[in-house]
Formats: sequence, structure tokens, C-alpha cells
Amino acid sequence: MARVELRHITKTFRGLVALDGLSLDIGDGEFFVLLGPTGAGKTTALRLIAGLDAPDAGSILIGGQDVGTWSAAQRDVALVFQYYSLYPHYTVRENLEFPLKSKHRRMGASEIADRVARAARTLRIEHLLERQTDRLSGGEMQRVSIGRAIVRQPRIFLMDEPLSSLDAKLREILRAELKDLQMRLGATFLYVTHDQVEAMSMGDRIAVLNRGRIVQVGTPHQIYNEPRDTFVATFVGSPAMNLLGGTIRDGRLVVVPGRLEVQIRKDLAGRSGPVTLGVRSEDVAVGPGGGLEGQVYAVEDLGVEKIVTLKLNEHLVKATVSAQMAVEADSTVGFAFDPGKLQFFDARSGVRLDPVNGEAATATPGHT
Amino acid sequence: MADILLRDVEKHFGDNYIIRKLNLEIRHREFLVLLGPSGCGKTTTLRAIAGLETIDGGEILIDGQAVQRRRAAERDIAFVFQLFALYPHLTAYDNIAFPLRARKEPRNAVERQVREVARTLRIEALLDKRPSALSGGDMQRVAIGRALVRRPKALLMDEPIGALDAKLREEMRAELKHIHRQNEATTVYVTHDQVEAMAMADRIAIMDAGVLQQVGSPGDVYQHPANLFVAQFVGSPIMNVLPAAVRRGDGYTSLVLGEDDAILRFPGALYAEVVERRPTDGPLAVGIRPEGVLVSRQALDGYVPLEAHIVEPLGPYDIVDLKLGRRLLRCRTASRYVERAGDTVWARLDEKQTHFFDPRTGESLDIRL
Repeated sequence: MARVELRHITKTFRGLVALDGLSLDIGDGEFFVLLGPTGAGKTTALRLIAGLDAPDAGSILIGGQDVGTWSAAQRDVALVFQYYSLYPHYTVRENLEFPLKSKHRRMGASEIADRVARAARTLRIEHLLERQTDRLSGGEMQRVSIGRAIVRQPRIFLMDEPLSSLDAKLREILRAELKDLQMRLGATFLYVTHDQVEAMSMGDRIAVLNRGRIVQVGTPHQIYNEPRDTFVATFVGSPAMNLLGGTIRDGRLVVVPGRLEVQIRKDLAGRSGPVTLGVRSEDVAVGPGGGLEGQVYAVEDLGVEKIVTLKLNEHLVKATVSAQMAVEADSTVGFAFDPGKLQFFDARSGVRLDPVNGEAATATPGHT
Repeated sequence: MADILLRDVEKHFGDNYIIRKLNLEIRHREFLVLLGPSGCGKTTTLRAIAGLETIDGGEILIDGQAVQRRRAAERDIAFVFQLFALYPHLTAYDNIAFPLRARKEPRNAVERQVREVARTLRIEALLDKRPSALSGGDMQRVAIGRALVRRPKALLMDEPIGALDAKLREEMRAELKHIHRQNEATTVYVTHDQVEAMAMADRIAIMDAGVLQQVGSPGDVYQHPANLFVAQFVGSPIMNVLPAAVRRGDGYTSLVLGEDDAILRFPGALYAEVVERRPTDGPLAVGIRPEGVLVSRQALDGYVPLEAHIVEPLGPYDIVDLKLGRRLLRCRTASRYVERAGDTVWARLDEKQTHFFDPRTGESLDIRL
């Protein structure tokens, strides 16, 4: 168990910048998630910490010590990948024992047996110990992969999309199991994913990465409710936050003159010109007397709720409504935005306009 | 536009049945989704309708005509695949125009129809571009345009947005639904993604292991799943399923969850219903979706105290796992309603959202309270 610090890490591959001055501080015992689209640099960061690659510049500290010159083995971290790297002709028990039997560990047989038994109990795979790994289901195989990491009792667990090759239902189950596991072990987890639901549901904190840079670090609640820019706002949350381009005129943000205008926050009163309005689908109320009017473009019944897409001129706005609400496609309905939940972004940079001072947030992201 | 009827359709390789006695009616202008896990037979069914796959038994009728012996080209059906099969050297316009030109339609008729389809699909500005200059979503729009422009009797789609990223899939869902309403082509759509199925379908046909499990509107299959497979395949998070027993009380029924882990007071009629519908005095399974678990931070009459095991914040709401004996009961609460793991909250099951199943057959007992 250890704290992990990344300081101004830069990494390029054949002239392409994969990581650009990345700084992170991951607390001891924290479940920390690196979230971003393909190519954001998440896996690169993980490999640098593991010691599988070396950074071009910057330093990596584990437990306060600079590990720049340490080998992967010396760093004492465990990696779990998307695809299970198990020995197919061996039993689950043999797979779990393997990392403990390496020569430089010199571990006694009873210690090995004890650690395997504990890991198997933790992961609820005791009944599978004598089974060959090629006879396991995907979920069981991934549990064994995680077991191989646990038996080593590493200082840090690094996980690279460990659930993404599993089906939706299994992912959902293992999500909760992994979170539970991390809490019970009290271990430092660094978890890489492109799936915002995984990030939100498991992370103590999330770092959102895009193009090799950190856009925002925060708790799931902060990331969702105070996204730093339009990238975070639309990457996190489903449906994606509605974004509407408008212009501030006389204290109002005008998206469609006369038809879609909202009162701006007091602190933005001095501003003029183009601003992007952001509103989440659950903050759009559909019903008469809303003040706004749109045509129902599509209705999606998800069972637990409905997502209604409203069309107003060329703009599409998604609203989450109760599953019981009757909404006719092509009909005209009233709707309203929750005035307290509106977000405003700089139209050019996409950066959120801070509610306190009305200026674009300027604090350096990364360190918190 | 057409209606499609599958009657006792079977497909097998030796003893390995891909489709078993499939009976399904796809109505004129309907958007029907075939939903199921990989290997359930949904794609084979779609390909059989298209004529890309032969069947070993039964009949396929399109507008009342048996077509199972007709070639694909004679069925007047358009197919859209997951991977956009566009001609890379042709512009979007020429790709869409292709099937019309192949039919030797006059030039101005081609132009009119291409423009009309492009307007529906909102790709008018992209018509001069080649596929390589288009995004994944736009490529798929062009592929759909090429299918629609033929005005086929039916449109068949095999995971058409499965290759797109999450945000684009979400956008395309609403788009496809809108497009369908504009052109009203009978559509059969295959997916393994229950969210996609729920979001787009007029009706969903759920398959497992070659067998049709249930057909119904999204609301129907969600609220009244016919069996445990459907109950747990549709909806996210998964429906909680717990072993249970009923005991007769004075004017009420006690519903005992797990191994006496919680005892909840249900209407008196429940006991008689269970006894009547369950063949023997065997075990009972209770299903409840996370939103059907009612949670209170204060003790309330009829609620039982449970400890929160894990809180998963998802943004607009939280998913909270409550400890119920050695099992977990998943519930959906307002964001930050349960502050932290370890907190005790009070919970009960909403009677109207509680499902009862025979755990041996998996069939719903169809008890509606």
C-alpha cells in the first residue's frame, strides 16, 4: 500500500505526444480512476508507473521514493489487464501460486498456501481452485487474474480496463465486487477505463484525461456536477449533457431569439457575446407551462425512465422523464430548464464559467 | 412496407439447434428489435428473413407470400450491417444513388429521391464527401440512406451502431427512431444491447438459446417479464432476485426474504395467489428492480433496517447495495441520499413492482398486486 505521485510526466512515441506534463497525486488506499477516450494516454500512464516504459521527462514516486531507476519487479506493483493472462493448462490454484514461487521471493509452502486460500476466499473462487483455467467463464477468469495480483500483496494495483471484455451484466456485478475488494484490502487502486459509468461508480476520485493532458481531477460528484469544460460535461453522464450555443444579450442568454432564452447567473451579468449553455437531461422538465416549447423528436423508453428528445428549430434537447409519462412523438410540448442547474461555458475554449467570479476557471488542474 | 410472419422456423446443424420453433409476427411499419446474448439465434433469424441463410423447417411469409425458397434479391429487403459497407471511391451522394442507378431510374428521379432521403437523415451537407472524410455516425447514416432510398418492403439491421462509441450510439438511437417514424419502413433490428432495444423498439422479441422468450413493448417486457431470463436481461442495474417464502398472517401475507433475512408485510391476497399458481409447495423467487426498493433514512412502519454495503454514484442518482443476510439488495436512490457505506437505512419492496417466479422453471407466476 502506497501513495503514488506523478510529476510533470512527458512521454512521446515517434514524435507523437502521448502524455504532456502529467501530474497526479494518488493517495494511499485510494481507488483512483483514469478516465478518457481511446488515445487519451491512460494506458501509457499506467505502463510508466508499472515500469514497463520510461518517461521522457518527469518523475514517478511510489511511497515517497523516486522509482525512476527501479525495475518493474522492484516497484512491487501488480497489473491486471483487459485480457486475462492465465496459464491455460494449469489449475486455478497453480495460477495463483505461480507469482509466489519465483526464486527471489523464497516463500515457504505454508505461506503460499495461506495466501492462495485467502485470495480465493476474498474473490469467492474457492470452489474453482482445482479447475483448469481453460474451463472457466470470462468472469471467473478475470477473478483469477485479479487473484494473481492479490496473492502478491503488492503496494499498488494497476488495472487496465479489466472489465471491458466482459458482457454488460457481468461488468455490472464485477464493478461492485472490485469496489468492495478494494475497500476490504485497503489497497491503492489505479484503474484505467473509457467507461464513465465504471469511473463514476467505483472511483474515490477520477482524473479525466484527453489528448495526453489532465482536464479535471475530482470526486465523481464534482466531475458530474462541476465539469471543468464541455469535454468533461459531455464525456461523463448519460445521456450526454445538452449543450446549446447562444449569445448573452441584456442579461439573457439567447439561443433562439424569442423561443429559447434563459436568465443568466448574476455573476455573468457583465459578460456579452457567445456562451455555451449546458443542461443535463434530468434538469429539463417536460410539461405544460414550462415557458419553452418544442416538438417531440424521439421518445426512448428505458423502463426505469424515458428519454425524450425535443426539437426546437435546429436544436435537439434531451429530457429525462418518468416512465409513466405519456409523450407522443411529433407532438408539441412545453418544457423548462431548472434555473439553478444551468451551466455556462466559454464558447471558444469550452471552459466552464466559474459561478463565483464569472471568470473561466484558471486553477491548474491535476493537483488538488 | 410489409408484414413478416415467421411460422415454426427452425435452423439446426445436426442436434445443435440455432433456432427452435420460432413463431413471430412483425407488423406492417413496426420497429421490432430482436434482443439476446451472443449465440441466441437473433442474427440467424435476421439473415433467414433476408434470405442470406436457409431454414430447415417452417415458413417465412412476407405480405402473405412464402419466401423461404426465394433468393435474397427477390425478397425486396434492404440490409444494414454493423460495418458500413460503402463504396470508398464514391461520394455519399453516389453511394446513396447506387441502387437507384442500378435499377436504371431516370436522373432527375434519382436526384429527387437521394435529396429526400438525405434530408430525413440530416446529411444534406455531406453528399459531396467520400466515406473516408465522414465520421462513423455519418457513414452509418449514408449506409442507411442507401438502404432506405430503394424503398424496400422491409429494412433489416444487424447491430448497425454497435461499432460506434458510446456518445454517438446514444445520439444515433434517437436519430434512427426518428428516421423510422419518417419513412415507416417495417424494420427488424438485431442487438445484444438491452438499452438500445428498449430505447428504439415498438416491440422487443427476446431470444435465448434459439428460443423466443417473450415479445412485447419495452414497457411490457420491463414491467411484466415472462421469466427470470427476461427479467434479468432487460434493465440496468439487473433486477434483484431473492429466494423467498410466503406465510399467512391475519389479513396480510408475510413475505420472507432469503434465510429469514427480512420479513415484509404484503397484502393478504398474495398468499392465496402464490398457493394457487405454484404447482407445489416448492421454493419461490422474488424479483425487484433497484427502483422498486423503497429506501428511507428514518425508521418507517413496514420498513426493515439494512446496512449499506456500497454506494455507487452515477450522477443523477446513486445505486446502493444493501446487505440482506449474505446477499445484496440493490436499490436506486437520489444522489447522495445514503451518505456512506456502513450507514443503516430502512427499506421495503414496492408491492406493485415486486415480481414472483417459480425458481425451478424460471417462469413468472404472473401475480400482479
